[in-house]
Amino acid sequence: MFIRLFFLTLLLLANTAHATLNVLACEPEWAALTRELAGDLARVSSATTARQNPHHIEARPSLIARARNADLLVCTGADLEIGWLPLLTRESGNARIQPGQPGYFEAAAHVRLLEKSGIADRAQGDIHPGGNPHLHADPRNLLSVANALARRLADLDPANAAQYAARNQNFQKRMGAAIARWDQEAAPLRGAPVAVQHRSWSYLADWLGLNVVADLEPKPGIEPSVASLANLLQGLKARPARMILRTPYQSPKPAEWLAERAGIDAVELPYTVGGSARATDLFGLFDDTLAKLKGGLK
Amino acid sequence: MFRPTLLAAALACALPLPALAAGDADLAAEIVKLRTEFDQKFKELQAGYETRLRQLEKTPAVPVAAAPTPTPRASRGNDFNPELGLVLQGSYAQRKPGERAITGFLAGRHDHAGSRGFKLDHSELTLAANIDPTLRGYANIALLDGAAEVEEAWFQTLGLGNGLSVKGGRFLSGIGYANEQHPHAWDFADNSLMYNVLFGEHLAQDGVQVKWLAPTATFLEFGAELGRGGNFPGSDDGGNRNGAGAWSAFAHVGDDVGDAASWRAGLSYLSAKPKNRSSHVEDLGGVEAETLFSGKSNTWLADFVWKWAPDGNPKARNFKFQTEYFRRGENGDLTCSDNTADGGACATGVNDSDVYRVRQSGWYAQGIYQFMPRWRAGLRYDRLNSGGVNFGLLPVAPADYRPSKWSLMADYSPSEFSRFRLQLARDRSMQGSPDDNQVTLQYIHSLGAHGGHKF
Repeated sequence: MFIRLFFLTLLLLANTAHATLNVLACEPEWAALTRELAGDLARVSSATTARQNPHHIEARPSLIARARNADLLVCTGADLEIGWLPLLTRESGNARIQPGQPGYFEAAAHVRLLEKSGIADRAQGDIHPGGNPHLHADPRNLLSVANALARRLADLDPANAAQYAARNQNFQKRMGAAIARWDQEAAPLRGAPVAVQHRSWSYLADWLGLNVVADLEPKPGIEPSVASLANLLQGLKARPARMILRTPYQSPKPAEWLAERAGIDAVELPYTVGGSARATDLFGLFDDTLAKLKGGLK
Repeated sequence: MFRPTLLAAALACALPLPALAAGDADLAAEIVKLRTEFDQKFKELQAGYETRLRQLEKTPAVPVAAAPTPTPRASRGNDFNPELGLVLQGSYAQRKPGERAITGFLAGRHDHAGSRGFKLDHSELTLAANIDPTLRGYANIALLDGAAEVEEAWFQTLGLGNGLSVKGGRFLSGIGYANEQHPHAWDFADNSLMYNVLFGEHLAQDGVQVKWLAPTATFLEFGAELGRGGNFPGSDDGGNRNGAGAWSAFAHVGDDVGDAASWRAGLSYLSAKPKNRSSHVEDLGGVEAETLFSGKSNTWLADFVWKWAPDGNPKARNFKFQTEYFRRGENGDLTCSDNTADGGACATGVNDSDVYRVRQSGWYAQGIYQFMPRWRAGLRYDRLNSGGVNFGLLPVAPADYRPSKWSLMADYSPSEFSRFRLQLARDRSMQGSPDDNQVTLQYIHSLGAHGGHKF
């Protein structure tokens, strides 16, 4: 009796899993983008939250279980998830989401990456020789990723191809208009000198024309120490910054320590969807980011 | 004069017939006319582009989907080289001299040196790559002085689907929790007493493993292994057979509790059929004797791991609790090799063989807390129950002892690729000879490609 019930449950679970596309996004921004493009056609979850550093999570049992049932993985790539994603795909026993399969989508393959050094020497810290992976911080990248993702969704679910295309068109229109608005709003930020904690803001700076004058991390991925911060404080006297930017998943202590001594603001930007109360979707994310940046200028 | 001539020549080439028919004066007039026309057209074109450019600058910067251009490059012979990694490990240990054995347990490993002082631990060389679209291969080779031990060398299926995966070759068995960890992934400088008496270091199977992940929202995994059974608690002779000398089965269940915590629990069973399995004991006179065990060895293991980090973000602070319990039953015959030549009490044909039946158990529990970036501290308690071993006719004293050990460690990791560790331990695993003051300093560094560790 119990065994029969067990298999019945499995059968039910398997059936519901095929009613809609099951999408596992590596980060909240890709979960949000997939929701924009697929709406009710996909069941979307994110492997990480805005308060988790996407470089450093583990292939937890719950994630392996979610990967097992996924039809599509939507991730950043460019080695951002190198510490856990390969383990996740291998442990999942899921042929659909293996690298190279249609169910494996990497955003980094569809945009031009910044900071491609090609240098792979760990004396330089925890670097990504293939380019900086924090690419969603420039909303213009979202447009090209959306185009590619909409095509991929249509490939996986051809019956609804027209819907994905229509939703993408709608997204492109709304995001294009929003970018125009943000560009205007951000005019006062152009050329503003800022200090960053990790290279999470390279794309944002590239888009808005922020001038990154200092990085709190002595080397990428290496936590700032008191000595390195003291050095930085000296440097900031010569090249002052207007504010210090950090993500919600980074410890506020180094930024606050420095901000207090340099007499500038430490600004926690939402970084991704869910990173602040206002950043409930991709539009709210940049609305809030710009509001906070402009707040930092005052 | 040169340029109009050139232009005229060009035009003459472009429009040969009418130009040739006209006279010189006509030609000059024609050239002037063409020049003005050309200038005018050019200016119009320029103005058109400039207005369009101005319009574009006003409209929002809707980016062109910049498709990344593949960088063409010469193909090299080593493009398909596997991911290559090397782990460097070494230590300095301060402890009592002499050979040590865990009282009441027939061990597979035999620690002669009682190693102390400066020491290079084995360097682990790892190679991994996809073999083809369906298979992945991995090898881990432990390099020691004058020896290279193949710790693991296996292939694994990538695309069977339906939650199924098959591994074949030599692999670390999926039983228990710590068994799949290589020494560089341990949270302490040495192994737990439990794994010491069960497997020496860990159980490596030469054989096949099948795993199935259930299509449920909760992580639910089942696995089974068939192996040669040549490693402790099996033995070389036990593995020399048609069929499997050892088999095992395991089940894992795990999930998250909110964003901050996650856990995994497991239950495993291992059955081995050792034949002439060698262990070293001291006989009644204190002389070393070799025993040979033939029979059945069955082990149950239960494991539980709990991990916590604020918001599930472990970079700055995190905590890990881990505990495992085992019960092992062995049933068979034990003989001891004649050691009368050394003044021992084992004499062939007199007292060298009897029935050996024992039920033993043990557990450990440990907690590791990373209290700030780069710094961790941990505490472990080990306890074993030798279960009243009776050697029957053999001239070996029965043992009823409960070995235990406390270990306290602190480690510092300048980056995620390097670690330095200090460990203090109070070891009561050998009856009558407590090693109350063990100090170990250790380094673990990783070079090259290093895949993420399992949960």
